[in-house]
Amino acid sequence: MSSDQFFGLYNYWIVVFLMMTGFYIVIARKNMIKTVIGLNIFQVSVVLLYITMGKVTGGTAPVIPPALAGQHDAHDQHDTHAAPSGHTPAANATAANETVDHGHADHVTELAHELAHELTHDATGDAIHGVTETAGVIYTNPLPSVLMLTAIVVGIATTAVALSLIVRISEDYGTIEEDEILQMDRRQ
Amino acid sequence: MIEYLDFHLPVLTIVVPLIAAPLCVLLGARTMAKLLSWVVCWITFGLSVWLVAKVSAVGKISYYLGGWEPPYGIEYAIDPLNAFLMTFISGMGAIVLMYSGPSLSDEVPQSKHYMFYALYLLCMTGLLGMCATGDLFNVFVFLEISSLSTYALISLGKTRRAPLAAFQYLIMGTIGATFLLIGIGLLYQMTGTLNMADIGVQLESYRTAGVVVDGVQGPPHWEGSRTMLVAFAFLTVGLCIKMAVFPLHTWLPNSYTYAPSVVTCFVAATATKVSVYAFIRIVFGIFTPTFAFELLPLDTALWSFSLVGIFVASIAAIYQTNIKRRLAYSSIAQIGYMLLGISMANQHGLTAGIVHMFNHALIKGGLFMAVGCFALRLGSVHLDDWRGAGKTMPWTSLAWATGGLGLIGVPVTCGFISKWLLLTAAMENELYPVAALMLVSSLLAVIYIWQVVEVLYFSPPSEKAKKATEAPLIMLVTTWVVVGATVVFGVWTTWSAGLAGDAARVLLGGGTP
Amino acid sequence: MNNVTPEAMIQICLALPLVALLLVVVAGRIPNLREACTITVSSVLFYVTCCLAGHVFSGARPHWSLGDVMMPGFEIAFTVEPLGMLFALVAAGLWVLTTIYAIGYMRGHHEINQTRFFACFAIAIFAALAAAFSANLFTLFVMYEVMTLSTYPLVTHHGDEKARNGGRVYLGILLSTSVAFFMLAIAWTWSVTGTLDFTEGGVLATAFSEGKISQRQLAILFCLFAFGIGKAALMPFHRWLPAAMVAPTPVSALLHAVAVVKVGVFSVLKIAVYIFGIDLIADTHAGDWICHVAAASILLASLVAMTKDNLKARLAYSTISQLAYITLGAAIATEASIIGGGMHIAMHAVGKITLFFCAGAIYVGAHKSNISDMRGLGRAMPFTFGAFLIATISIIGLPPGGGAWSKYFLALGAVDSGKAFLMGALMISSLLNIAYLVPIPIRAFMAPVETPEEDTQDKHSGAGGWKIKEGPLLCVVPLCITAVGSVALFFFANHIYQWLLPIVQAGH
Repeated sequence: MSSDQFFGLYNYWIVVFLMMTGFYIVIARKNMIKTVIGLNIFQVSVVLLYITMGKVTGGTAPVIPPALAGQHDAHDQHDTHAAPSGHTPAANATAANETVDHGHADHVTELAHELAHELTHDATGDAIHGVTETAGVIYTNPLPSVLMLTAIVVGIATTAVALSLIVRISEDYGTIEEDEILQMDRRQ
Repeated sequence: MIEYLDFHLPVLTIVVPLIAAPLCVLLGARTMAKLLSWVVCWITFGLSVWLVAKVSAVGKISYYLGGWEPPYGIEYAIDPLNAFLMTFISGMGAIVLMYSGPSLSDEVPQSKHYMFYALYLLCMTGLLGMCATGDLFNVFVFLEISSLSTYALISLGKTRRAPLAAFQYLIMGTIGATFLLIGIGLLYQMTGTLNMADIGVQLESYRTAGVVVDGVQGPPHWEGSRTMLVAFAFLTVGLCIKMAVFPLHTWLPNSYTYAPSVVTCFVAATATKVSVYAFIRIVFGIFTPTFAFELLPLDTALWSFSLVGIFVASIAAIYQTNIKRRLAYSSIAQIGYMLLGISMANQHGLTAGIVHMFNHALIKGGLFMAVGCFALRLGSVHLDDWRGAGKTMPWTSLAWATGGLGLIGVPVTCGFISKWLLLTAAMENELYPVAALMLVSSLLAVIYIWQVVEVLYFSPPSEKAKKATEAPLIMLVTTWVVVGATVVFGVWTTWSAGLAGDAARVLLGGGTP
Repeated sequence: MNNVTPEAMIQICLALPLVALLLVVVAGRIPNLREACTITVSSVLFYVTCCLAGHVFSGARPHWSLGDVMMPGFEIAFTVEPLGMLFALVAAGLWVLTTIYAIGYMRGHHEINQTRFFACFAIAIFAALAAAFSANLFTLFVMYEVMTLSTYPLVTHHGDEKARNGGRVYLGILLSTSVAFFMLAIAWTWSVTGTLDFTEGGVLATAFSEGKISQRQLAILFCLFAFGIGKAALMPFHRWLPAAMVAPTPVSALLHAVAVVKVGVFSVLKIAVYIFGIDLIADTHAGDWICHVAAASILLASLVAMTKDNLKARLAYSTISQLAYITLGAAIATEASIIGGGMHIAMHAVGKITLFFCAGAIYVGAHKSNISDMRGLGRAMPFTFGAFLIATISIIGLPPGGGAWSKYFLALGAVDSGKAFLMGALMISSLLNIAYLVPIPIRAFMAPVETPEEDTQDKHSGAGGWKIKEGPLLCVVPLCITAVGSVALFFFANHIYQWLLPIVQAGH
């Protein structure tokens, strides 16, 4: 592995580092709060993994520039919302079908599939993944971010449940150190 | 109206309990919440039965959520396999809820009852959703819905150990779910889609045909890419945690033991099976058996872990004096039988694995319901306190014995059907040692079940057993409905084994669901 | 019954015990009604079985199938052939007598839970008939297990510590052998041949000639079957039979002399004839190992029986020894030995049930269960001990006991097969039989003091101030009938021979 490749994949190294840190904390820490913190770090690393795979170099936020938006409105009024959300190759194609020049539809479909397949060659993928080229504007793939919104919500819910459980445990046992609790249970 | 319902059937089974859950909280009153959840559970069951009838008649149903077509919309794909699962999950859900009344009043403070009903419905929503959806990310979301509500349900237990067990489960469960999420992410990265069928198609064409780059056909990648391997590993391990496969089972015994009896009944009957279902979907629908079993040694891995798990967990079960914990270990062992069937990856084996999911749900549900009856009347789930209860609680004891026979797998109970199918499948695959070990292991069940039967019938009664009376009618009737079903489905298998056979055929034949 | 088809008769035969079960449960609170139901149903059953036997022995092979109710590809089906018919006839006939006897015994003994007792009994008989009529191994296995489970509550009837331990051994051995060996053997057979149907001439012969199973594997398979069918009580898996003696005596009588154990040996015979085929066993020597085990079992069980002072325990070991005769017959697999084995099912059943009836009658009448306490008891219970003596003669194999014929055919088979040592084993065993059975009635009549000759025909002529004190009438009558029956079978043996002949000739 050349150093270029090594540093080129820096985002993954960060993810792996965070993931392992979180995982280690979960396993090694007996304090329940710390376990939950570890769990959170672990989850955050996954969030980063998703975000980083959705990022397109030079891509902008998947919001249609006002100028273009106007065109689209004129072109096909009720379909504007579909344009930026095209996330998968096929979706890109369909989105393109609906919003971009119809004559180019086939070409775009092919392009999209090629991109998807190139991806499978190259696990790093971030540079090209989810490129949405609409009239010269490159968008970042928004779908991973959307997925992560859900995942974050799930994560928060998990943390909330975990913390409330800890509160109850602390009320019942008077401690949140797992070792001490196990000892107390064994003594009974 | 009927057409409208018929069209939206797949999503209705999930949305109905989902909407009812917050309503329970809003209603707040115990009886109102109870009434609502009863009605909703039976409606859900009715809808599932409708669904299974429809699938049997017209074959696979694809429902596009909000009318968005896959692969960029979310698809609910209903085929014989998940229709079958949804029916028995909602059925068990409804029957356990009917059963719950007296046991719940005994074990959970009245003020928390409406919460219980809400959580129960949410848990059911999650489990049903996991079955129905054809979208991989959706699987994760529903998994978390069911898991989070399960954690909360478990923590309702009477003792202070309940929250602790719930917390331990939460940690393990979240790690499992996060692994799943990583796997899903990697698959998405490779294929750019989240629809399971579509991922399956893309991976398959990548492996068999290669990809076209700049108009040039690339070579096929039989071995799959490294991303694919890593994704497969994460998904497998993540689901194994949720399934409680042997070395990853540690969360299960405590959760089952300290949860309220009703919760244990429902969770033991359904939760792990749904994870097994997701596992089947991912292995057979997305990665294809060729990849998992021929290129990768998943079959060897599965059956060796299963067999070790069966033996270790069964032996551990023998030494438990807490009956709930005993059954919990037994559940770990039984998961092994399901995986054993799946690992054979042929028609008979897969049928056996799937039908055992159903049969075991009935058997274990019935046994835990009997335990709930004893817990209510004897106030204990320890073997010592159960001594001689056969005299004062004859019907509950008989329910235990009958259910136990099912677990052992004697003829005329549904456990026999699973065992027989598994055995013939093992023979078909020429896995003779596996067949022999499987049979020997099932004798361990004789020990841990019959020990309890002997204590119930032959020991001089304990103080608690002397004072005990037979369980309340509603609990007794529902327990016997489930236990009776184990016998009915042991004789009449056209429906259970037939549907499981169909499901296996679809999984093996189509490759994709 | 002339206008009823044999197929319908199968259904009736199988339905009747279940009808009895239902009636017993419904009429459970009224003992007289309950017993009347059982007796009526069992009599009707015997009658129907006889009618069916008429058809079967004149060459009909009625078949009735439930289809794939149980499992796709594995059907529950029934075909009646002579061997099964003979067994069904014995079981159904003795059920009537045992029911009468059980009423006397259970009431005389004030047993608890009589309804459960009669209910489980009916299920056991159902399983015995269904196993007798089974058309394939799958059905046989299912019924075999149903029988194990339905008899467990009977064995543990008393519900005390002793019953629990006995039940534990009973269920433990029967379940584990059937699951670990029998089921495996069935699955193996299925994977080799693709069928489980009982076929004339055997199904394994084709597989063997196609090389799907080797000679050694055949021998192993035969062992799996012989040991897997734990109910055949082949040593070393015989412990359950003495353990089951904790049960009330009618149970020991019908189930552990007739139904349960005979299902075991019947299965072994049936598998030898219809799955292996006697030619295949003879050609490949698949049964040789089991020949040795069975011969050892015959002798060892007889020797152990001599050491037992408890009458029921002694009879249990005697049963183990006699069952091994039948297994031996299957393992030798010559025409004569198979017929001898089949015949022995009937002969031994009638003889041994008499002995058990006697043991029960002695227990109810005189509250004695140890042989050493029975000296001189013959004077008080002349009928009982007279019957005991007659049955003993049949079990030993002396004329005019029915056992003489079956043992003759078995010995003939042993000679045919050229295994002289088996002949020796059979002879020594007969001597041992004399040594452990004959002294019981002799001592009962003769010892301890010099007394005049006992006249068993006239109970009022008992001398020396001995008062006749027999068991309840309902106990004594059945045992006299079976004793007479075991003599009658001696003169009836030719018919049985003719009935069984088709099963050994079909393969040729």
